[in-house]
Amino acid sequence: MSGRVLVGVKRVIDYAVKIRVKPDHSGVVTDGVKHSMNPFCEIAVEEAVKLKEKKLIKEVVAVSCGPQQVQETIRTALAMGADRGIHVEVSGKDYDNMGPLQVSKIMAALAKKEEAQLVILGKQAIDDDCNQTGQMTAALLDWPQGTFASEVTLEGDKVKVVREIDGGLETIKINTPAVVTADLRLNTPRYATLPNIMKAKKKKIANVKPADLGVDMASRVEVLRVDEPPQRQAGMKVETVEDLVGKLKEAGRI
Amino acid sequence: MANPLRAEVVKLYKNLLYLGREYPKGSDYFRDRLRAAFTKNKSVQDPQKIKDMIARGEYVAKELEALYYLRKYRAMKKRYYEE
Repeated sequence: MSGRVLVGVKRVIDYAVKIRVKPDHSGVVTDGVKHSMNPFCEIAVEEAVKLKEKKLIKEVVAVSCGPQQVQETIRTALAMGADRGIHVEVSGKDYDNMGPLQVSKIMAALAKKEEAQLVILGKQAIDDDCNQTGQMTAALLDWPQGTFASEVTLEGDKVKVVREIDGGLETIKINTPAVVTADLRLNTPRYATLPNIMKAKKKKIANVKPADLGVDMASRVEVLRVDEPPQRQAGMKVETVEDLVGKLKEAGRI
Repeated sequence: MANPLRAEVVKLYKNLLYLGREYPKGSDYFRDRLRAAFTKNKSVQDPQKIKDMIARGEYVAKELEALYYLRKYRAMKKRYYEE
């Protein structure tokens, strides 16, 4: 096995920023807004770096798709301990329409090209909340998948994954190569401090185009409209149970 | 100025300044207090005292990292996991 792990990272609007919808309802305001690495992607990078520190794998490659700015996100991954980066250049209309299908095709092509042993992704992005890229990548590669991982252990040529599911925890053992998606409690990501960012400047980021990987970026999904969630109505206080029943009947609820 | 320590102090200052960008009360708030704290101790010469203060600065840096992690963790937990 090559001992190489591919980690996908996504540049998203920072989790602490208040999202505003564009006046024409075509999308969300992104110009001049603070962006950072998707929190679940940070957890994915941390897991890959931990595996490398335990000497279970040899190389961590960080991948991101998008315009020039995603290089900052790749640099953050390099500062956290990734060895090199791959920037898949996607811009303009292709980037606006880019979704899990296109990204997973790119990840699958790269996983084959780099002969990756493991592909680790965040379980979902906090901007689109799709939770599809990991699953689609595994399907395209015909690789087993360990999604919502809260614990990953390499055991020879197999991977033991403890998954967080609705009923509790599920432990599965899958063959490598495999795709794993990181859940919140997988680990505690390290902060990319300034000295690490400086050191990471020496690491290489390769540039690739989707066409080089033979990926068609056409989207089958069209965003019709984006709206803000409905404003939360104020609650009402009532004095007695009779009042409550009366108000509920008024509202047509009972 | 103790020369090798000066480089360490500057490195600490730059590191804290970088960390302060994400400070919840605003990076300006953090930067003003950081400058005030460093200029207050400008005239200290004793190398041991300087080392102690650098250690305290590194402790503050760790505390900031912990703060940022907890904020993010709690936000994600609240948004994605039913309480």
